[in-house]
Amino acid sequence: MIHSLFLVNASGDIFLEKHWKSVVSRSVCDYFFEAQERATEPENVPPVIPTPHHYLISVLRHRIYFVAVIQSEVPPLFVIEFLHRVVDTFQDYFGVCTEAAIKDNVVVVYELLEEMLDNGFPLATESNILKELIKPPTILRTMVNTITGSTNVGEQLPTGQLSVVPWRRTGVKYTNNEAYFDVVEEIDAIIDKSGSTITAEIQGVIDACVKLTGMPDLTLSFMNPRLLDDVSFHPCVRFKRWEAERILSFIPPDGNFRLLSYHVSSQNLVAIPVYVKHNITFREGSSQGRFDLTLGPKQTMGKAVESVLVSSQLPRGVLNANLNPSQGTYTFDPVTKLLSWDVGKINPQKLPSLKGTMSLQAGASKPDENPTINIQFKIQQMAISGLKVNRLDMYGEKYKPFKGIKYMTKAGKSVLQRMHIVNCK
Amino acid sequence: KGMLIPTRPRLFSVCRNEDLKEMLESSKESLKLEAMKRIVGLIAKGKNASELFPAVVKNVASKNIELKKLVYVYLVRYAEEQQDLALLSISTFQRALKDPNQFIRASALRVLSSIRVPIIVPIMMLAIKEAAADLSPYVRKTSAHAIQKLFSLDADQKEQLIEVIEKLLKDKSTLVAGSVVMAFEEVCPDRIDLIHKNYRKLCNLLVDVEEWGQVVIISMLTRYARTQFTSPWKEGAMFDENNEKAFYESDSEEKKGHTEEKPYIMDPDHRLLLRNTKPLLQSRNTAVVMSVAQLYWHLAPKHEVSIVTKSLVRLLRSHREVQYIVLQNIATMSIQRKGMFEPFMKSFYVRSTDATHIKTLKLEILTNLANEANISTILREFQTYVKSQDKAFAAATIQAIGRCATNISEVTDTCLNGLVLLLSNRDETVVAESVVVIKKLLQTQPTQHSEIIKHMAKLFDNITVPMARASILWLIGEYCERVPKIAPDVLRKMAKSFTAEEDIVKLQTVNLAAKLYLTNSKQTKLLTQYILNLGKYDQNYDIRDRTRFIRQLIVPSEKSGALNKYARRILLAPKPAPVLESSFKDRDRFQLGTLSHSLNSKATGYQELSDWPAVAPDQSVRNVEIIEAVKEWTPTVGKTKQPKSDDKFYSDDEDEKEEEGSDSSGSEDSSSSSSEGLFMYFTMQMFSSCLAAKYHFPRQPCLYQPSMVAVQVILSNSSDHSLEEIHIGDRSPASLSIHCFNTIERLEPEASVTVSMGIDFSDSTQAANFQLCTKEDQFSVSIQPAVGELLMPSSMTEQDFCKEQGKLQGMNETSATITMETANASSQAISKQVLSVANVGVVSSSQNNFSRFAGRTVSSGALVLVSLELKESSTALLTINTEKTVMASMLLRDIKQALTQA
Repeated sequence: MIHSLFLVNASGDIFLEKHWKSVVSRSVCDYFFEAQERATEPENVPPVIPTPHHYLISVLRHRIYFVAVIQSEVPPLFVIEFLHRVVDTFQDYFGVCTEAAIKDNVVVVYELLEEMLDNGFPLATESNILKELIKPPTILRTMVNTITGSTNVGEQLPTGQLSVVPWRRTGVKYTNNEAYFDVVEEIDAIIDKSGSTITAEIQGVIDACVKLTGMPDLTLSFMNPRLLDDVSFHPCVRFKRWEAERILSFIPPDGNFRLLSYHVSSQNLVAIPVYVKHNITFREGSSQGRFDLTLGPKQTMGKAVESVLVSSQLPRGVLNANLNPSQGTYTFDPVTKLLSWDVGKINPQKLPSLKGTMSLQAGASKPDENPTINIQFKIQQMAISGLKVNRLDMYGEKYKPFKGIKYMTKAGKSVLQRMHIVNCK
Repeated sequence: KGMLIPTRPRLFSVCRNEDLKEMLESSKESLKLEAMKRIVGLIAKGKNASELFPAVVKNVASKNIELKKLVYVYLVRYAEEQQDLALLSISTFQRALKDPNQFIRASALRVLSSIRVPIIVPIMMLAIKEAAADLSPYVRKTSAHAIQKLFSLDADQKEQLIEVIEKLLKDKSTLVAGSVVMAFEEVCPDRIDLIHKNYRKLCNLLVDVEEWGQVVIISMLTRYARTQFTSPWKEGAMFDENNEKAFYESDSEEKKGHTEEKPYIMDPDHRLLLRNTKPLLQSRNTAVVMSVAQLYWHLAPKHEVSIVTKSLVRLLRSHREVQYIVLQNIATMSIQRKGMFEPFMKSFYVRSTDATHIKTLKLEILTNLANEANISTILREFQTYVKSQDKAFAAATIQAIGRCATNISEVTDTCLNGLVLLLSNRDETVVAESVVVIKKLLQTQPTQHSEIIKHMAKLFDNITVPMARASILWLIGEYCERVPKIAPDVLRKMAKSFTAEEDIVKLQTVNLAAKLYLTNSKQTKLLTQYILNLGKYDQNYDIRDRTRFIRQLIVPSEKSGALNKYARRILLAPKPAPVLESSFKDRDRFQLGTLSHSLNSKATGYQELSDWPAVAPDQSVRNVEIIEAVKEWTPTVGKTKQPKSDDKFYSDDEDEKEEEGSDSSGSEDSSSSSSEGLFMYFTMQMFSSCLAAKYHFPRQPCLYQPSMVAVQVILSNSSDHSLEEIHIGDRSPASLSIHCFNTIERLEPEASVTVSMGIDFSDSTQAANFQLCTKEDQFSVSIQPAVGELLMPSSMTEQDFCKEQGKLQGMNETSATITMETANASSQAISKQVLSVANVGVVSSSQNNFSRFAGRTVSSGALVLVSLELKESSTALLTINTEKTVMASMLLRDIKQALTQA
């Protein structure tokens, strides 16, 4: 399936290669570089590129292209999903997945890639199993290893592959038994220029950090499971039980994992917790334009809206902007025309605003394209859909674990408000 | 020092490899390890480290696990280049293949099979064969991977490898299943016959196979199903979507022949596949979800396909690359099935943060989804896109508007007017694209649009994009009689600027000149001559050729031949309007989700999906033979059933049961195959001439709960309207536990559907009563089981039988002497008759005059032992030993009746 993997950085250098079958010359990447040159933005490189003898399937994460070389028919999503899993694993191991981190840990990276694929077919991709095979590097361990000459590779051969529960390692022991669940909901929305919502959806995940001794069997139930319209599970969740009783029943992997992702049915109207009022005007015969932006909270059940960040790509004709934020800081890049305003926390008593003028290139025509504003925010202790965990129970073990549940809402990839530029005569 | 060095492998150039060699040869483990780490750094950077081979290979037998691993990495990378030296390491691996630790065995096989040295092919073959029989499923999995490696090294080994594949396909471990199917796909994808016997097992194991294996198995089973089952796409259901006629037309024709003869009944194996893949739509792995979606698309009845919609839309929230592939597939699907995605239209609205190729795909889908009802919403959305800062995307939107305008005649004029407004846009690309689209639109309905042509002619001077200029010239030429005043004037301007124009504009100028010469030669004769002269000496030979051709065609002269007379008919012939259609229109020739579909061209190794067979091939090939079943099951029966195969996990143990079920039902099938059929049809109930239900006991273990008896119900709609929401309602006694079938959303007239349910009769023959409801109506149903159906066969040896029988004496024994019909006197005939009334297993007997049968009650699992001792003159002693005395007497009566009758 996957023949070789090349890691390419933003400037187009191959900084790591790995082959699972015979070596494929790195010149195959020339086709990729061509596509990279043609693309206006890094994201615009097509994920699937045919070449005379191979196919290149790539993903872009953290400004690194992971380019897989394929020789024959394979579901492209299979490769894409696997590559993302590789990135997730690197991130899990090294904290970040950057070129520097990969280069610094090249031996671990190689060992990981060796275990993750055999002859191009995925072998071990579960983090729990990998961590038994190859210990993640920590500063302490690296130092100890240097002094004692011991290694990263697990001393004992793993049992995981053959354990009854393929995703949980055996013999887990903790002195403090804890299970934490984070319910994180993300809103994605498109808002039209008058402020009414065109489309909005809520996507949620439950990320867990479970540190429990032995083989605990957990059940988690919701007050309002009907809210969950479409769900996807970690393989540990018993599907039949969910189908029948709407209860999540599972033997958790050890450590951090994503238990569930869900989609909240679109019938429920989604209220965007932040609104934006804008007023952008250009006058005929003047190279100055007025810019006026005000933010405010909406239906937040008394919770504070934090970490608000507003960004917008202003029209190409805008030369510079001279603005005055009532709070926070703003930057405007005259080359990319990107305006971004780091607002911080919204105080409902004193709404943040950004006002001032924009100057157009002399003689340039008035912009006739409409920019969009991308809004980011966070609200702690609230799940915007209203989802509530009812209870968490543990079976199979005798001790009493400490349990914790946290809620958070934030903007997803895009909460976009379309703006309207008024050109007055 | 140690921790710093691997971070800077770039410091080590080839000349410094000497130190590495020294380090490798030192006696200190830590130095060796350090050296290997640096070497791996070199390999990772693509630097050549092959000269170190002799020094590295010496360490292959090291005790240090990490060192060993790194040596393996090195070996696999360079063995091909250093074949002779690589052979030195082979004996180490051969030894490791016998190691007691499964992981050492597995990793030895992994490395051995990755060394691409032809000379060791026989050694690899031997190792693979041994590993395929290993006790550890992990080692067997590795051997499945090694099969592919050996095959790519030496394709001549194919036949032997197929034998190993055949063996591994029988493996019951979830760990092995995915890998062996992968090997099958790579080595012998055409040997579909190897799958038959493993089909049910693969379906049942699927939920518990690791995610990557699931993808491979699902894709293989999709291909398999298309060769083995008949089409579920019924005539009536075919055209429930509007413009769907073209879709699978060939299939429908093919099917017409036999659908009329008998109603379509889905093969239970076909249903099994659909049912067992459905839960995987909830997988976190996007590739798994996509593969289930394509399976439903290619295999499920039309009305069931839409269950995949929601999951596909969910995938759109994933990474950009995932979105790209999923959107491509949705684009293909949405052409044929608008209805599937229309409710989710807003999920395809373009965000300014999307990458350009994502935007274009979303646009494609929105255009596919457009219909009379939603077109105004879509057009409003498109208006925003036209104003986008991404001009390439704005241009694509204009094309999309053009497509909507041709597809939906109600909005053609609106679109056209909108596009004309765009002609005064400041952006050139937008204007150019609008011109091109307007040209196409005008061609589709050229009647009353001279105003637009005039408008375009006016704008002509300001338009610089060659394609747009060429399009306007063509339009004016084509409709020159509608704009008699403007056309010659445009030609005059073009004569002036001819030499400075792009080639396509020049060609269209020559065209325009020719057309005007034919229609209005008085005004344009000189201009045409002038342009033709310019063209004659143009640098481009296409233009020179065209000019010469046109001159010969239109200007009468002595040399010009017969064509001259037809010049007008040639140049001004009415031309067919271009069809604006989706670029995804023909993509469905490729299986969805494949690389070929994504590229829209056949990729190496792509396997065509065959058409449904007109007549289903023999269904019994999937039954598992008794001999095999017995062989496989003796060990488990001999031991206790306690230790479950340890690599399986959830599905609440029912997989285990299912698996046993498929085996034992297989044995059941073949043992009773000599009698008329494997199951009995019982009462047939008609309900108010509306819904007919027919039930039988398939004598398979119930998939839902082991204590339930499986019942298959065939529901047919005998009314003239379709029935909706067929489901099970109230039941009596209230405590009755029934596993209901999933609600049937819709049953067309004349159609029928087979559903399976499980009923816990609690080992009594009391009838199970329940309500069968449709949307409007409800009927009560009563299923009364014969006592023999409350049993499951139990396999045991003769000794075990006698031992168990010894425990069930006294009150637990019921017996009767019977006089048999002479035809029934042979032991074969006895088995046949007994099996026809009771679901029990034959116990092989060493005595000729004894026939023994063993079974367990389904609900409580109590043993039921039936023995028949033949006496002289066709009398026999029938004995039944069981704790369930009531059942015993009923069973006695039934068997007696069966044996005394002919």
